[in-house]
Amino acid sequence: MQSFKKVTGVAAPLDAANIDTDAIIPKQFLKRIERTGFGQFLFYDWRYEDGKEKPDFVLNMEPFRNAPILLARKNFGCGSSREHAPWALSEFGIRVILAPSFADIFHNNCFKNGILPIVLPEDVIQFLFDQAEAQPGLKLTVDLESQTVKGHDGFEAVFEIAPYRKQLLLEGLDEIGATLRAEEKITAFEGSHKVFYPALATANSVDSNS
Amino acid sequence: MGKTLYEKILDRHLVSEERDQPSLVYIDLHLVHEVTSPQAFEGLRIQNRQVRRPDLTLATMDHSIPTRNRSLPVQDEIARKQVETLVDNCTDFGIKLYDLKSANQGIVHVIAPELGITQPGQTIVCGDSHTSTHGAFGALAFGIGTSEVEHVLATQTLKQYKSKTLAINIKGDLPRGTTAKDLILAIIGQYGHDFATGYVIEYRGDVIRNLSMEERMTVCNMSIEMGARAGLIAPDETTFDYLKGRGYAPSGSDWEAALTEWKTLHSDENAQFDLEIEFDAEKVTPQVTWGTNPGQVAGISATVPTPEELPQAQKRSAEKALQYMGLAPGTPITEIQIDKVFIGSCTNSRIEDLRKAAAIAKGRKVAERVEALVVPGSQLVKKQAEAEGLDQIFLQAGFEWREAGCSMCLGMNDDLVGPEERCASTSNRNFEGRQGKKARTHLVSPEMAAAAAIAGHFVDVRQWPAKEQEGVMV
Ligand code: SF4
Repeated sequence: MQSFKKVTGVAAPLDAANIDTDAIIPKQFLKRIERTGFGQFLFYDWRYEDGKEKPDFVLNMEPFRNAPILLARKNFGCGSSREHAPWALSEFGIRVILAPSFADIFHNNCFKNGILPIVLPEDVIQFLFDQAEAQPGLKLTVDLESQTVKGHDGFEAVFEIAPYRKQLLLEGLDEIGATLRAEEKITAFEGSHKVFYPALATANSVDSNS
Repeated sequence: MGKTLYEKILDRHLVSEERDQPSLVYIDLHLVHEVTSPQAFEGLRIQNRQVRRPDLTLATMDHSIPTRNRSLPVQDEIARKQVETLVDNCTDFGIKLYDLKSANQGIVHVIAPELGITQPGQTIVCGDSHTSTHGAFGALAFGIGTSEVEHVLATQTLKQYKSKTLAINIKGDLPRGTTAKDLILAIIGQYGHDFATGYVIEYRGDVIRNLSMEERMTVCNMSIEMGARAGLIAPDETTFDYLKGRGYAPSGSDWEAALTEWKTLHSDENAQFDLEIEFDAEKVTPQVTWGTNPGQVAGISATVPTPEELPQAQKRSAEKALQYMGLAPGTPITEIQIDKVFIGSCTNSRIEDLRKAAAIAKGRKVAERVEALVVPGSQLVKKQAEAEGLDQIFLQAGFEWREAGCSMCLGMNDDLVGPEERCASTSNRNFEGRQGKKARTHLVSPEMAAAAAIAGHFVDVRQWPAKEQEGVMV
């Protein structure tokens, strides 16, 4: 996985609450069987009209077209669990999302894909929206090591992140590999754990009566 | 101090705990479908990893498949590729698959319960947010992303932070003519679309105890629409009666052993929840969403709200939603005309849902300009409905009767709502574009959807008794 240390760039303000993953990547693009190729479809229905870019959508405007930071409102990423949403954001170039709150599954999915979702208080987010509107080119610097977001005129905010997630991002850790290194614990657990249904892979006899 | 149901289930699945790290939690049942799994299997192949427990993994096809003619190959080329990829992956890794030809195929959250695979006390995951449905059995069930799907395939475990616990104590009785769908929509409406983020909800109280298993599934299904990690209902006699005799349910001495364990699955008297709220069921009325998230909902006798009159925090999203929905503030809900009706989805496509919708449809006709679709949640539901003659009731009333799948809930196949068309839907999400580009979705119960199909606009189903009750025989 892509590691994350520090990012400096403009923050694109996406001024709507409850942005769901259906909006981030509409379902017609979920039929691909690859992990790549989703960036072009990010926010598809907001970005394009009849195949042409909508000039008034923030990610179609300069200087936000190549913004590595997204500034969002509460409950960002709600709805469907589709990891295609962070895949699309990441491929588009988004590395950080700043919002007052995130939906749970989306938040979790970000860490698996080298995206840093940062929760900041509502008034801090509002301040950044106001600033982005007043001076659209202003840049922010997000540093994971020191857990800070820095901007103009001495703006600085500290954010929380669970130590494990911080390490995950800093090192671009292979989580599955790490879990498999502790495999004997899983095997030991399985020794005394019971499920009350017959093995699925061979359960053809069950199917014929159901 | 006592433990909550959530803590009891979690404790029984802890593989390891380390300081400053999420715990490693064992997964009893992993459900897989065609849309969120291909990249996970690909990841396994790249790393040369195996599926650790194919015997605890079940796959089906539901999201992108057509619901018309099953004898034809899937027409949409990319969807066909996705379906074929699932077949290959299940073959290669030895995973049980209920494919399009299987008598057990259906929406993943419909088939696992009806086959008796979903059981109390389990941990269940699926690359799908409505995995919360299975919480109706007192199982800890939640949606995960594709990276986590891969993690579970490879290790049968997940790294999990502990969630906070929320008890929703529901008092009173559900009024006549209201349903489990109205109950959960009313709760989301009162508390908001992101109210339960970070929590596992336990639904409690007499109302919940009196719900059938299928109604409980409707409630738990929509936990995610409040942002919750999962929804739980403690198992009781209703749960055990439902499970007994189902294909995968334990039998004989195993049943007794299971029952002994299942009966311990309830929050202790002195358990502490991080948050407890009370909800009064008596005031629930048939609900209709007017906006673009499930919390933007009103009772059938209300009017579309005026954004200026809403609390400041809700104003802007209400304005935006009404613009998308093409609705004027102050419009009575009953005057909203509809073009399409969808009865289906993992929220409301089970046999009881179809019976209730059929009771309304019986002997009546779908309004001239309305296109109405009934999509059973599984092939078994379809078969049962046909045995009861429900298909004929729907067909005679002018509804279409389809094969099992997700269908118009998310419109990944060709069951779509057109631009600016308005749909009364028994599904769970009314997001922008969910049922099709610029489609306008109103979430309702199966009864309300059937009645809207016939009237051509929303009606108060409480004033629409089933034909039998009126004494009209068809
Ligand atoms: S019916 Fe709808 S909500 Fe349920 S699993 Fe299918 S797409 Fe998801």
